[in-house]
Amino acid sequence: MTRFIVRRLAGMIAVLFAVSVIVFVVFMVLPKQNPAQSLAGKNATPLLVKNIEAEWGFDDSLPQQYLTMMKKVFTGELLQYEPRIPVDDKIVEGIPATFSLTIGAAVIWLFFGLLLGYLSAVRAGGWLDRFLTGLSIAGISIPVFLLAPVLLYFLTYKFEIFPNGQYVPFSEDPGEWLNHLILPWFTLAVLSIGFYSRVLRSNMLDVMNEDYVRTARAKGLSERQVMTRHVLRNSLIPVITLFGLDFGATIAGTAIITETLYDIDGVGLYAAEAVTKFELPPIMGVALYGAFFVVLLNTIVDVVYAYLDPRVRLGETTSQ
Amino acid sequence: MSEEANAERGPWALALRRFLRNRLAVAFLGVFILIVVFVLAAPLWADHVAHTGPNQSHTVDTVTVDGEKKDVVTPEGKPIGPQWFGAGGEFFLGADSRLGRDEMVRLMYGGRTSLLVGITAAVIATLLAVVLGLVAGYFGGWADSVIARTLDTIWSLPVFLIGLSVGIALAVGGLKLGPFELSSGSLWNPILIISIFTVPYIARPIRGEVLSFSKKEFVEAAIAQGAGPVRVMFTEILPNLASTIIVFFTLMIANSMLFEAGLSFLGAGVQPPNSSWGTMITVGVELLKIQPLLAIAPGFMIMLTVLALNIVGDALRDALDPRGKARMDAALQFEAQTGTVGAEGGPVLP
Repeated sequence: MTRFIVRRLAGMIAVLFAVSVIVFVVFMVLPKQNPAQSLAGKNATPLLVKNIEAEWGFDDSLPQQYLTMMKKVFTGELLQYEPRIPVDDKIVEGIPATFSLTIGAAVIWLFFGLLLGYLSAVRAGGWLDRFLTGLSIAGISIPVFLLAPVLLYFLTYKFEIFPNGQYVPFSEDPGEWLNHLILPWFTLAVLSIGFYSRVLRSNMLDVMNEDYVRTARAKGLSERQVMTRHVLRNSLIPVITLFGLDFGATIAGTAIITETLYDIDGVGLYAAEAVTKFELPPIMGVALYGAFFVVLLNTIVDVVYAYLDPRVRLGETTSQ
Repeated sequence: MSEEANAERGPWALALRRFLRNRLAVAFLGVFILIVVFVLAAPLWADHVAHTGPNQSHTVDTVTVDGEKKDVVTPEGKPIGPQWFGAGGEFFLGADSRLGRDEMVRLMYGGRTSLLVGITAAVIATLLAVVLGLVAGYFGGWADSVIARTLDTIWSLPVFLIGLSVGIALAVGGLKLGPFELSSGSLWNPILIISIFTVPYIARPIRGEVLSFSKKEFVEAAIAQGAGPVRVMFTEILPNLASTIIVFFTLMIANSMLFEAGLSFLGAGVQPPNSSWGTMITVGVELLKIQPLLAIAPGFMIMLTVLALNIVGDALRDALDPRGKARMDAALQFEAQTGTVGAEGGPVLP
């Protein structure tokens, strides 16, 4: 187990290093424009550009520039320049909203995804299965940037059932927190509900053909006991792996779009607003800190998974 | 159909038969062809029906609807709604914003960009993946380790987030890499980002296949006849990869289009004066309350295209690999990772 964890941590560090190099190359080396000019923003004064040039040491050698960048990242000196605010302050400010959104959505998609998948598999071939299959295929196919406008238009503007997105901190008003997050949660969860129910269904159908399921039936367990204790449990393992990958990907992907569409004041919206203002430091910050978080999360899931399933520890990786 | 008749037909003809038997897939192939025709017809509609271009603004113009003159954009800045054929096809879907551009014309031209970026990115990613997969799988050794490690690293990156940062960095500063230069507004920026970050999704399965083929007798026979590595890779192994490549290519177009839409929606993909369905949604959501179609129409087009490609790709996989052994695995693996391509990334139907 220790060996496995060490190997995973080494892999994690390699990936993080790769991320930081990509960010460095892309922001500092590749652009035709003077990087100080890009960092300063669209309406920067020549003085600010000069200051940034000195601060970041753009005359130094590339490795030295890389070290300067990493030092800024680790000491929280990565600044956005208009107004001059440390990027990590803004990111920390956005974390409660982002986590409320993503964790809530994850709970919803796991619950409904597994419920629908289970019902579908137990009634495989029946009308309920066909109905749920159709539903989940529809769910899988709807991109967030279609679902959110449709929901917002009908449920917020036309029938005024839900508020217009935005975020109310839990500590301020738990009821409003919930009310404001229902639509965003649902938007973020629909795709995964469809997908997880498909995955669980096909896993369960595979497991149902295993010998130990026949044995369980033969020893006289009720159908429900066979399904929940033997079939469902063994079908959940791949779902857990998937969940680890998806949760990280959601934070670093779809959540940015969802936050933008629903005007939720999280890390994603911070990055998205920086994009529209062509401000680079916030995006560098979100990319680096975000990647760190996502990679860490994936590593934790891998380790937990290996703990649950010894085959993984002994074999190679989970994603093969 | 008798066994004998089956044997006379080639595997491709059989695959085609199997595909055509899947009514749903054939119908959605039709949908996809219609979408392509729709975007190709953009200049015809623009010139002969709408009489305007995708970037032509009509802020102070009027349009005659059923003999009645109407402002394209009201003095308060509200654009005209869908006119359908009330104005002879002008402003069929209304105007897009304060600028009063014809939404239908923009939808058709935007679709061109979306499809162009999606298809080009998929072509580049597939070509790169085939070469990398062949080299890694055939030569093994250190070539394989280097390629496989690199692919694994890209695989474990939060691809959408990194793609977003690369997109914005290029959109601000352009690209200068030795003799290559790209301006900040170039369509090549999103295309390259999408293709490079999606290579592993095709390269990994291809590498696996090459690995298993390179131990087969027909490869040994070719080597014994004196064929060099290039000939073995490209004339012996490559034809056997055709079905995998076709399936993944189809699915990759869908994924690239979603990736592009996500980037463009946030402003890090296609840059003005070009527009795509993704950028149109950004403009549209501002007016969601009064003109919902402006956001919903391009979103719907993306969904329809992606759905069609996914269903066709899935049916191709069924048709080309009837034993279906590797199917579920490939789908699962691919899907777990399309989650990484920005999760709104359309998974393939399992």
